[in-house]
Amino acid sequence: MSKRQELLDAAAQAILVKDGPYGTEIQRARLSAQDYAGAMDLDRDQKGNNDLVNLTQPGLVRQICDSYIAAGARVLATNTFNANRISQADYGAEALVRDINLAAARIIREAVDEACARDNTARFVAGAVGPTNKTLSLSPDVEDPGYREVTFDDIVAVYYEQCAALVDGGADFILIETVFDTLNCKAAIMAVRQLERELDRDVPMMISLTLTDLSGRNLSGHTVEAFWHAVRHARPVAVGLNCSFGAEQLRPHIQLLSGLADTLLLAYPNAGLPNELGQYDEAPTTTAALVSEWAQAGRVNILGGCCGSTPDHIAAIAAAVAGLAPRKVPQDRAQMRLAGLEPFTLAA
Amino acid sequence: MNDPSTVRFVNIGERTNVTGSARFKKLVMEGNYTAAVEIARSQVENGAQIIDVNMDEGLLDSVQAMTTFLKLIGAEPDIARVPVMVDSSKWEVIEAGLKCVSGKPIVNSISMKEGEGPFLAQARLCMDYGAAVVVMAFDEIGQADTRQRKVEICTRAYDLLVASGFPPEDIIFDPNIFAIATGIEEHDRYALDFIEACREIKARCPRAKVSGGLSNLSFSFRGNETVRRAMHSVFLYHAIPAGLDMAIVNAGQLDIYDTIDPVLREACEDVILIRRSDATQRLIDLAESYKGHDSRAEKEAAEWRGWPVARRLEHALVKGIDAHVVEDTEEARQTSARPIDVIEGPLMDGMNVVGDLFGSGRMFLPQVVKSARVMKKAVAHLIPFIEAEKEAGARAKGKIVMATVKGDVHDIGKNIVGVVLQCNGYEVIDLGVMVPWQRILEAANEHGADMIGLSGLITPSLDEMVTVAEEMARAGMTMPLLIGGATTSKVHTALKIDPAYSGPVIHVLDASRAVGVASRLLSDTGRDELVASTAEEYAEVREKRAGKGASELLSLTEARAAGFKADMSLKAPAPARPGRHVFDNWPLADLRDYIDWTPFFRSWELHGNYPAILTDPVVGASARSLFADAQAMLDSIVAEGWLTAKGVCGLWPASRDGDDILIVPPLAVEEAAHSADGRTLVTSPPASGGDTLVRMPFLRQQVRKSRDRASYCLADFIDTADDWIGGFAVAIHGIEEHVARFKAAHDDYSDILLKALADRFAEAFAERLHQHVRTDLWGYASQERLDAQALIKEQYRGIRPAPGYPACPDHSLKPILFDLLHAQECIGASLTESFAMLPTSAVSGFYFAHPDSSYFGVARIGPDQLADYAARRGVDMAQAERWLRPNLD
Repeated sequence: MSKRQELLDAAAQAILVKDGPYGTEIQRARLSAQDYAGAMDLDRDQKGNNDLVNLTQPGLVRQICDSYIAAGARVLATNTFNANRISQADYGAEALVRDINLAAARIIREAVDEACARDNTARFVAGAVGPTNKTLSLSPDVEDPGYREVTFDDIVAVYYEQCAALVDGGADFILIETVFDTLNCKAAIMAVRQLERELDRDVPMMISLTLTDLSGRNLSGHTVEAFWHAVRHARPVAVGLNCSFGAEQLRPHIQLLSGLADTLLLAYPNAGLPNELGQYDEAPTTTAALVSEWAQAGRVNILGGCCGSTPDHIAAIAAAVAGLAPRKVPQDRAQMRLAGLEPFTLAA
Repeated sequence: MNDPSTVRFVNIGERTNVTGSARFKKLVMEGNYTAAVEIARSQVENGAQIIDVNMDEGLLDSVQAMTTFLKLIGAEPDIARVPVMVDSSKWEVIEAGLKCVSGKPIVNSISMKEGEGPFLAQARLCMDYGAAVVVMAFDEIGQADTRQRKVEICTRAYDLLVASGFPPEDIIFDPNIFAIATGIEEHDRYALDFIEACREIKARCPRAKVSGGLSNLSFSFRGNETVRRAMHSVFLYHAIPAGLDMAIVNAGQLDIYDTIDPVLREACEDVILIRRSDATQRLIDLAESYKGHDSRAEKEAAEWRGWPVARRLEHALVKGIDAHVVEDTEEARQTSARPIDVIEGPLMDGMNVVGDLFGSGRMFLPQVVKSARVMKKAVAHLIPFIEAEKEAGARAKGKIVMATVKGDVHDIGKNIVGVVLQCNGYEVIDLGVMVPWQRILEAANEHGADMIGLSGLITPSLDEMVTVAEEMARAGMTMPLLIGGATTSKVHTALKIDPAYSGPVIHVLDASRAVGVASRLLSDTGRDELVASTAEEYAEVREKRAGKGASELLSLTEARAAGFKADMSLKAPAPARPGRHVFDNWPLADLRDYIDWTPFFRSWELHGNYPAILTDPVVGASARSLFADAQAMLDSIVAEGWLTAKGVCGLWPASRDGDDILIVPPLAVEEAAHSADGRTLVTSPPASGGDTLVRMPFLRQQVRKSRDRASYCLADFIDTADDWIGGFAVAIHGIEEHVARFKAAHDDYSDILLKALADRFAEAFAERLHQHVRTDLWGYASQERLDAQALIKEQYRGIRPAPGYPACPDHSLKPILFDLLHAQECIGASLTESFAMLPTSAVSGFYFAHPDSSYFGVARIGPDQLADYAARRGVDMAQAERWLRPNLD
């Protein structure tokens, strides 16, 4: 059975729990610059290069993954949010991109396969692909609105390199997450399409948008509905929202997307909003209560956590949604859907 | 207007196209992109819903120009909000463009010019980039010119694309609009061929769309703007009903079909539809008189400036001329009692004319946007005067926010309640109709309201009211929530709304109770008692309901076995005149005799049957006075033609399949023009023919009955083969202008009176049309002779059940019926998201002719029928549950 079908089958039975973030957990391990760099021969300070940890501290990554599995997560992402050539260039580590992604995918694959062997429960490896820190839609130069730092083809190549390594390492899906620029996401979709042609098989995508303002737009200005129109051609196995704000503020947007998307609905909000000190202090039970409200309303299929969430949050979410019926995927209305920053639908 | 993001006909702006606009080309060639971007902005402001960008110019680096321009407009939120059409004949330019567009664009165009291989490769890339495509009717041999070639190429392309996995809803065909009236005989058929091809392509290629570049059509009249604009408008008038979904047009430069000089309009129509052999010559001759600086237009221009100011303002709004609007508004202000009267009087009247023209398909969106701009300028001029005039008024007894909920358009009841409350010293903040919950909550908080009143007439509004209550609860509100409207009830309020909200929820039976409830809620002494007694009462309703064993249901299988067995040897013969019949303007004087007055009095909360009510000892005097006012207004309505009664009916071959009725949609050949009894009777262009049957699912009674009574379903009245069914929709247009007039005069009485009469006209028209169908169009009862009273008592053979009413409770059948009837195109009737009809005074339904057909109520159905119905209707269970909620549990 294809991984796409396996996921659909599992999601028809239950609300699937996704893991939480790696950054928060790696920070808690208080690694030194030395620990980060390990035996790698790199010129620059690697402190904070959480993606490099896949190579230098694989045991720690495995341990975090196991704690999420123990918490009940069945969709496990790789620790590769910044494991792309553009982001790694900031650490002078761009030559290691393929190795980092291969290693990251293998760690999670192994952890997942071992867990499945133990309890015969289907779990999935999602190869996480972040937005990079360059945007295709906006000019960094206020004086020159037509200027762009990168081209579409550059971004496609960057994503292709990362996705190919993740799939080689055993990822079941590519999770294009924290999308703040819709055009970057479209470049990622193009990269996965090229990879599919190369491999001559389906590489299912999960796509997750992040909102930058409470009215419900991302950084490139797209509304949730316009975004869905712009990425629907990827035939993602799941689409959703992550990061943004806490669950409380995300609710109306989840509700909107849940009614629109004829695919699985994925949501992993932050653990509330940061306090005055920039820390997330929402209690696991609070987060779980908020997201389980969506579950009870039949609006979600896959639920997890983003910034500030810990294995305890994930365990609380898993407990809160256990036994609740998953969202039923609505039927497609077969309308012509176009989009600028706003959606445009031509009646069927 | 409907939700602006979902539309039926799309205007694509053409001014950012170097091949179409000399000015844009010059700016791009000079590298003056700042000014070029402004052209895009004005396109969007003028109502272009999509902007076409084309940089195909030999002396230009087209790839460079395309990417530069798209990146620049991407940085302008006012422009980037609409989708882009990336237009080029060179694939490399298109692909470069696709790499810059962040939403979902349209590619214009790809074709089979170079063969199937390159065509499919480009289509696949469009899919990978996430774009819809325009496919030009062009193959290895060349561009399609005849109807047959257009259809042949488009269907071949469709089959190839769909087989390759391309989503059919993302295909748009451009079957080539060529120049007509060129003097070359072979060109004469081009427009008609296009229109006919549209119809065939739409029938043959499900979900695909049709587009065209309009400016080619009138190419032989270049330099003569008046004639070109008239040709374009007339062409659209005929092509849109045939299936044209979008066109590349100069947004803002289309004429209103009705305002084109009739002589010119007819000449254009003759040429486009090839109605006479000398059509081209006649148009060329006629065109001479419109040439050069248009003396006629100038004369008219000078003339309208001499009109009275109200008429000038209306003219400016309808024509979208903003040149003199500030001076005219100022003049109107000086002669008005209050600055607000200028808004509510001439300005609103003008906007209502615009709304009517748009609603009936005689005006297009760009013009409406221009009108709105004129309105904005006028209002902006008045605002400072209105602010200055404001003074602290007497303190109101209380504030109530009122709204007809999202998806519903009915407001007679709400307006009556509003008037009654205002008369009693309450401040009413009326949010109007189709109001989403967010706005209701916002307004309540913003105004510090004391309570919220919700109204609705159709059953889906009940659900929406529950949503409002839930959201009020979530927002932590505590103010009372009043529920009113025809379908609301104490039981529904107690069972569904009250539990959703912890504040007081009170069902207000009618307007007469509203003041009592409001005053008690605002009194220190009465409030607690009312809230407590109501809560207690509702709790009792809930208990009773829970205790009461629901009536027993038959299984669907049993109910079907107990279905009504009609004697099909008695079924009606085939109709005398099958197909679709459109009535553009049924005489109001004729309909007046068919008015059923009893419901009219009921809408004013005067209960009793007409004519006995006129002599009723209690309400007789009020009823007589109201009746006299109604008769006086009817005189004016009829004499001055305030309203227009538009109707359409269709008679189609049908057969029964279980509880479904399969309808053979209208075929082109069956539709012909008729004329009867001197009535205006026209037939619009034939609908798309086709062999796909339309499935109309119906519901069956399941509540167990005494021994020998059947479990009815409407399908029982249709034979399993060789039978017929009818459908109809009627609508009363034109109340807006008069409603605004009354509102401006602060005459709520006349406003409500007119709305109530318009509703009666719609019902009367439904009755009259049904009679016409029985005696003439279908003709199964040609001998029928019944007077109005006998009609009202339904002493005739056959029924006309309406979707949303007891025999056929699912409102969602209306879109299917409307599509069969082409109700939107031919009578200007549309549906809201909850399937309420617009205009508000409208009736639609089915005709059943079997002598045993009768009205019944489906009432409660079981989960087995719900699941079965969902499958037959092709929707998921959640959707079916939403639609049928009033018939569940």
